[in-house]
Amino acid sequence: MEIFEQISNAVIEGEFGEITDLVQSALDQGIGANEVIREGLSKGMTEVGRRFREGEYFMPEVLVSAKTMNTALSILKPLLVGDTTQENVGTFLIGTVKGDVHDIGKNMVSMMMEGAGFRVIDIGVDVKPEVFVKEITEKQPDVVGLSALLSTTMISQKETIEALKEAGVRDRVIVLVGGAPVDQNWANTIGADGYAPNASVAVEKAKELLQRRPHS
Amino acid sequence: MLRTTIFSEKREVTIARDLPTILIGERINPTGKRKLATALMEGNWDYVKEMAIKQVEAGAHVLDVNVGVGGIDEAEYLVAAIKAVSEAVDVPLCIDSSDPKALAAALGSYKGKALVNSVTGEEGSLETVLPLVKQYGAAVIALCMDEHGCAVDVEGRTAVARKIIDRADRLGIPREDIIVDCLTMTVGADSKAALVTLEATSRVVAEFDVNITSGASNISHGLPVREVINAAFLAMMIAAGLTAPIVDPTAPGITQAILAADLVMGRDDYAARYIRHYRKMMKAAAARAN
Repeated sequence: MEIFEQISNAVIEGEFGEITDLVQSALDQGIGANEVIREGLSKGMTEVGRRFREGEYFMPEVLVSAKTMNTALSILKPLLVGDTTQENVGTFLIGTVKGDVHDIGKNMVSMMMEGAGFRVIDIGVDVKPEVFVKEITEKQPDVVGLSALLSTTMISQKETIEALKEAGVRDRVIVLVGGAPVDQNWANTIGADGYAPNASVAVEKAKELLQRRPHS
Repeated sequence: MLRTTIFSEKREVTIARDLPTILIGERINPTGKRKLATALMEGNWDYVKEMAIKQVEAGAHVLDVNVGVGGIDEAEYLVAAIKAVSEAVDVPLCIDSSDPKALAAALGSYKGKALVNSVTGEEGSLETVLPLVKQYGAAVIALCMDEHGCAVDVEGRTAVARKIIDRADRLGIPREDIIVDCLTMTVGADSKAALVTLEATSRVVAEFDVNITSGASNISHGLPVREVINAAFLAMMIAAGLTAPIVDPTAPGITQAILAADLVMGRDDYAARYIRHYRKMMKAAAARAN
């Protein structure tokens, strides 16, 4: 349908001034909020992710696309309450690990995950291992993201995973790690389930690992 | 005007606003540099030495040395790295670590007056780093952040600078041995971010007259052709009071941009340094062509 393409394009082009009217027009046509998200916003963000991954798009462009998506979500989310047809991709909890206050990478991953239909819980920066344990125990996410931007703080990713093991919650979640100094090798060393070099790969990794997870 | 002097065994460097801008080479830092991280883990000091020489050839007056890789004994590696770099080049060093034990070991082994990178406004940092700076008679970079992270406004950053300077004063660390970094966030995430840094820098200079450093490359994170943004920002920061930026002098255009800014600021009589650097570049280009 044309309206989905218009919404998706508005996200890709970051037209946050236009998105409200487009979403309203879709709703007026009797299209459900869930469908607007899935067929319009998510498709747009997926394309933004591809362009960013391939070096066509730069960070400010991703941020303005995310702003456009969030503007639309602020209208659509209230309509989703009680909607049983809502596709439940999963819950994603993310934080920047202890000792590290960098938040750009974490925010980008949050926005991409939200765009892909995850329910996102962002617990902020400089998050101590015990806080991760507490939040995971309470909120029971499917996937957890640990962000670290310094070679001196990536060790906190290890400590966090160890704390999760000790608390007995490690196997309940899929753990993804990311950040400038992190690589697959480090992810393997510390026993993470996956590594993503950027926000758009993080979404793919999360979905892929969720599918492979044995259903409990 | 406050003048910061640091020195190695063989060379002294003075930082002041009426002198040419001092370049602190940032390359010896394994964050995001897999090859260097591997070299450090393997104790491949030749690679570290090569990085030191390249930066000094490209115009660095001071070299930052950081060996922060998870899972190593940072004290041991930092001392070894300082030894290796000192064998390769004679410039003074900026000892970069967040581990007080490593800082103490490095300062204890260093022959000269080093610059410490860094102290923040966090209580834990003030209590551990400043006494070391005092004990070893070093100079120190003061980062304008504290327990609450990096303040979003000019007032907040200036307040952290004030707090660190007060504490250093009380310990008897000379004011001229503090170099303030008002912190740079990327304009890729917030297009007003650099304005805060520029204005906080002017404010700190007006209030304390201290020297200023800046890890300027952060400004362009997430954007294309980063060198152009870095160069423009450095020039504007120099106008605001920056005297000792932490940069990659081997990146295209950075050293020239700083030399050009110094020339514009009236710190390069007869454009002698600018022209000398131009000739050196031409010579190097000719050598490459042959």
